[in-house]
Amino acid sequence: MPENYRVAIIGSGPAGLSAAAHASALGLTHVLIEKTDHLSDTIFKYQKGKHVMATPSNLVLRSDLDFDAGKRETILGAWDEQIAAGKVNVRLNAEVTGITGETGNFIIAIKGGEPIHAQAVIMAIGTQGNPNKLRCPGADLPLIQYQLDDPGEYYDEHITVVGSGDAGIENALGLAADPKQNNIVSILNRGTDFARAKSANVKLLEEAEKAGRVIVRRETEPAEVRPGELVLDTRDGQEAIRCDRIIARTGSQPPRGFVESCGIEFTGEDRGAFPRLSPSFETTKQGIHVIGALAGYPLIKHCMNQGYDVIEFLNGNLDLKPADEPILAEKFDALPGVRTVDQWLETFRANIVILQELSPLQMRELMLDSTVAGYDAGEIIFERNDPGSSMFGIAEGSVLVQVNPDDPSVTVPIEQGSIFGEVGLISGRRRGSTIRAAEPTVVMELSRNAALKLIATTPSAARAVNAISIERQLLQMFGSGLTKEDVAEVVAASELVDIRAGQVVIEEGAEDKDVYVIRRGSMIVEKTIGGSPVFLSYLPAGSYFGEMAVIDGSSRTATVKAAIKSQVVRFPGEAFVALLDRKPALRQKALAEMASRREINSFIESRKDSFGSAVDMYSETARFLIDNGIGEATDVLLIDEKLCVGCDNCEKACADSHDGLSRLDREAGRTYAHLHVPTSCRHCEHPHCMADCPPNAIKRGPDGEVFIDETCIGCGNCQRNCPYGVIRMDAKPPPKPSLLSWLMFGAGPGPGEASYSWRKKAAEKSGQQSAKLAIKCDMCSGIEGGPACVRACPTGAAIRVSPEKFLTFTKLAEDVD
Amino acid sequence: MASVPGQEMNSREQRQASDHEGFLAHRNMRWLKIAVTLCLIAITSYLWIDVTPRHNGGSWYGYTLGTIGLLLIVWLSLLGIRKRTMSPGRWSLKAWTSAHVYLGLALVVIATLHTGFQLGWNVHTLAYALMMLVILSGAYGITVYAALPAALSNNAQQMTRKEMVEALAAIDRQLETAAQPLGREESDLVIAALEQDTFAWGIGARLTGRYRKCATIRALSYFASDWSRPVGSEEPKDKVRALLGRRKSQLDQIRRHMKIKALLEVWLYVHVPATFALLAALTAHVISVFYYW
Ligand SMILES: Cc1cc2nc3c(=O)[nH]c(=O)nc-3n(C[C@H](O)[C@H](O)[C@H](O)COP(=O)(O)OP(=O)(O)OC[C@H]3O[C@@H](n4cnc5c(N)ncnc54)[C@H](O)[C@@H]3O)c2cc1C
Ligand code: HEM
Ligand code: SF4
Ligand code: SF4
Repeated sequence: MPENYRVAIIGSGPAGLSAAAHASALGLTHVLIEKTDHLSDTIFKYQKGKHVMATPSNLVLRSDLDFDAGKRETILGAWDEQIAAGKVNVRLNAEVTGITGETGNFIIAIKGGEPIHAQAVIMAIGTQGNPNKLRCPGADLPLIQYQLDDPGEYYDEHITVVGSGDAGIENALGLAADPKQNNIVSILNRGTDFARAKSANVKLLEEAEKAGRVIVRRETEPAEVRPGELVLDTRDGQEAIRCDRIIARTGSQPPRGFVESCGIEFTGEDRGAFPRLSPSFETTKQGIHVIGALAGYPLIKHCMNQGYDVIEFLNGNLDLKPADEPILAEKFDALPGVRTVDQWLETFRANIVILQELSPLQMRELMLDSTVAGYDAGEIIFERNDPGSSMFGIAEGSVLVQVNPDDPSVTVPIEQGSIFGEVGLISGRRRGSTIRAAEPTVVMELSRNAALKLIATTPSAARAVNAISIERQLLQMFGSGLTKEDVAEVVAASELVDIRAGQVVIEEGAEDKDVYVIRRGSMIVEKTIGGSPVFLSYLPAGSYFGEMAVIDGSSRTATVKAAIKSQVVRFPGEAFVALLDRKPALRQKALAEMASRREINSFIESRKDSFGSAVDMYSETARFLIDNGIGEATDVLLIDEKLCVGCDNCEKACADSHDGLSRLDREAGRTYAHLHVPTSCRHCEHPHCMADCPPNAIKRGPDGEVFIDETCIGCGNCQRNCPYGVIRMDAKPPPKPSLLSWLMFGAGPGPGEASYSWRKKAAEKSGQQSAKLAIKCDMCSGIEGGPACVRACPTGAAIRVSPEKFLTFTKLAEDVD
Repeated sequence: MASVPGQEMNSREQRQASDHEGFLAHRNMRWLKIAVTLCLIAITSYLWIDVTPRHNGGSWYGYTLGTIGLLLIVWLSLLGIRKRTMSPGRWSLKAWTSAHVYLGLALVVIATLHTGFQLGWNVHTLAYALMMLVILSGAYGITVYAALPAALSNNAQQMTRKEMVEALAAIDRQLETAAQPLGREESDLVIAALEQDTFAWGIGARLTGRYRKCATIRALSYFASDWSRPVGSEEPKDKVRALLGRRKSQLDQIRRHMKIKALLEVWLYVHVPATFALLAALTAHVISVFYYW
């Protein structure tokens, strides 16, 4: 009979390691099972010499292992030593393929080995998952690898990269970057285009292909791998090529499937869902616990603390207070009255409707990403036109919404338990109205990430937020004077529809009669004049369209399609007509808007006859800008190349205003009709870069700018996620000698970003090597006078624009004439 | 077809409203208007005020114009500092350039009236001549600033300078391979083209865009004389000719880029040193005036 361990810990990342070390310290019989031949594979795979950060700094570390910010090698080395010294029972090269049995006697299947028995299981396998394997004969030959650490390592080889995503393209480019390495690099793509990759990467690849550095094989798949050879399935039949090494980058399988197969339920269907957990990290399968990144806590410190805590819980210490208790206590200090952390958590959970289904553990996690505040009667919580993408819940008291910007006395109440601010969260746009406390009020402000995670993982919260937000958006849009009851019929008949980028919502000439509201994203309106589509206007989130055909019974007069991935609320025209019949003032308003819209359209139409080419040019320019991300931007830098003398003073000013590193590449980027979109942040309505930032370091600032704060750990996720390639990873150089000493004595590199070699030398000399962190444009927030790039341009070529102001006929026509 | 939410200026736009207007047109030509007014005042007062025996720099009126001119010159020179000091604040270099250009041109009137048309072979006239040199170079500067940016953009074809150089390097790698089967003499021609440094040319070649002794052109003209085989043939000589053609047009793009950039910058090599000389001559002029006073 094999040993039945008290606890088996699967995965030796920071979470699993810390759990195993504590189990060993407490004298519990245990085993730490790791798939690879070393500990902590995720950290092991960080780039060499990476500076690992220990955020959040206000969280105390509770673990038998040490951890402090430092080099990857130092940290891994220390753990290896401590694990050996602590007599932790480690099983390397053991991949767990399944867990069966019940609490008290689990049977853990190991790939190619004897199963392991344990009374309890702790799963700490992280979120990396398994790379997709090639599916063809020979897929287990040693010339295939699923990762590429250092492309500079390989010389004189024939290397084939399989996979057409960003990872594959980046690997191929890296391997071919230095001609001295003399590699023959091919990349295979099953399709004809690289739709899944960033356009910047695709462009680089196409250039490399043109220059003969990389061989791109389209409509080609691996058919069989043989030693030193790869057989390909191409459109014209099979072909064998020489191949010394295959790098397979066809994505990876998230661990969810494996976790579910062990009988563990998740909080929802969504990609962002996590296993459902009790306060002691127990899953819906009794006896199996989940901690670490897999449980939704991606920072190393959190992981290590949970490893410690889960062992304490297993060992019967149920009164243990989590390590984040002091952080929460500090948050609640600001609130009126004296209550314990648990009491406050319970108040928020029980009172705010959308939080009622959360477990105490989820509540804690949510609270860590949120802030709380108390307001006196009459105090303003936020003002109309403030930027803000957070959502508020009212735990105690109530608030008043100022629905009429010109008359603060016209208000609508929102009662205890409800939410507000959700429109900003969903549309990414500024606050639509000012909100005040009606009485002494306690609110919880959920950061954008926390709110999105809540909506993604808790279906009841998602339903509640959707229903409320549709109603409020309609009320806000149709203006004052309407009540919930007035729009009830419309709300009941409405539905949410997701729209792909470029998808047509309304087709010119069609007879359908629905009305739409843009909830997130943006649309463009086009009309076919003289056989070619002419751009009429740009509609940001919060606009409605489709009402013309309903009001006058005509067919659709123009085509409306999504500029970017969007979501609309659709409701039947009859409901809208009924609403107009009941509300003459609204009808008046709708008719007036319709008339002005018609006027613009007929103006453009008339111009098309006399100035056909100018109108075509204008349409092309609008389309070009939208293709380059202006459709989802809030504020973007453009360069008028009829004025730009190429002095690069904009870049220099950027570097000199921001730690000596420029956040803008003027020359790079696309150009159309002398309008150039440089590589620089668009401050997207829904920033892609925010999606996967472990410390939530990317935020939206008071002027709407998207910025990265000092908690960045340098993981590079944002750089990969930004589709416009505007984020760079670099170390802050030491300060330069002053301008005066440069002018007088030629000291230092002069204005602008210093060369890489100067920065490297200066950093060595000062003895302070700083970590490579993510840097990007912050719109010069906090600097009086605003963006340095624009102020420093001697000719006025550099301008910053927002799409709804710039994508109009008058603006663009100015440029085109 | 639709209704769009509120469009009033928000806090950000108030903070950094950047109108789309070049430096010459800045604020409806505000500085042109100011400069013209300044000149008109100077000219009318010159005709109006009676200085005996005749207008000269040493009268009280001459001193007034001289002081205005001096202050203007000092302020105009400070543009170089402003351009490189990225201090916070509500200034824009575009407004500075706009004022610089128009007030700088106004100096022609102010300084000329200041001399009272008394010129000679002395340090005073030297200062005047240097000033005119600075102004003339500046005038050339704005003509190229107005005319050349569009050409720079058209030539670039959405490529950065670095990409152009990389594209050339890629063609060169193919050329090297393609030239392997050629005979000694022919491959020497190709090697000469490959080895010639793209950037080590004199300022003359750069500005005119005429590169005599260009090895690529020489090699191309050698291979181009032989069209005996059909287009697209795989014969080494034809491949080399096609690649040399591509090299030549890539080189042309880089050269046009360098030419336009040089034209946009070269005048500053007159404008700025002449400014320093002007400041020195001006100091001498002022000291000597007070010394002989
Ligand atoms: C590039 C990068 C930089 C980062 N930088 C920082 C930073 O500076 N500071 C910070 O706090 N966080 C950082 N993070 C986040 C942090 O590294 C992770 O969130 C953390 O490692 C998660 O720990 P974990 O223990 O939950 O899982 P992991 O560290 O992912 O460990 C899981 C382990 O389980 C093993 N495993 C998986 N499946 C099985 C199986 N079936 N059987 C057996 N073993 C299995 C894996 O091989 C692995 O060793 C960074 C992340 C990345 C990608
Ligand atoms: C006596 C008069 C003038 C003086 C002392 C003067 C001085 C200067 C100086 C010091 C610079 C900064 C150059 C640099 O650092 O790059 C400059 C730039 C410039 N000057 Fe003048 N200038 C004068 C008159 C003029 C006039 C009359 C014109 C135009 C008609 C002019 C046009 C310009 C332009 C276009 C620039 C370049 C701006 C830029 O690219 O940043 N200047 N001048
Ligand atoms: S960094 Fe990229 S994704 Fe993020 S806001 Fe800027 S442009 Fe958008
Ligand atoms: S800002 Fe970017 S690099 Fe920094 S931690 Fe967030 S995702 Fe990682």
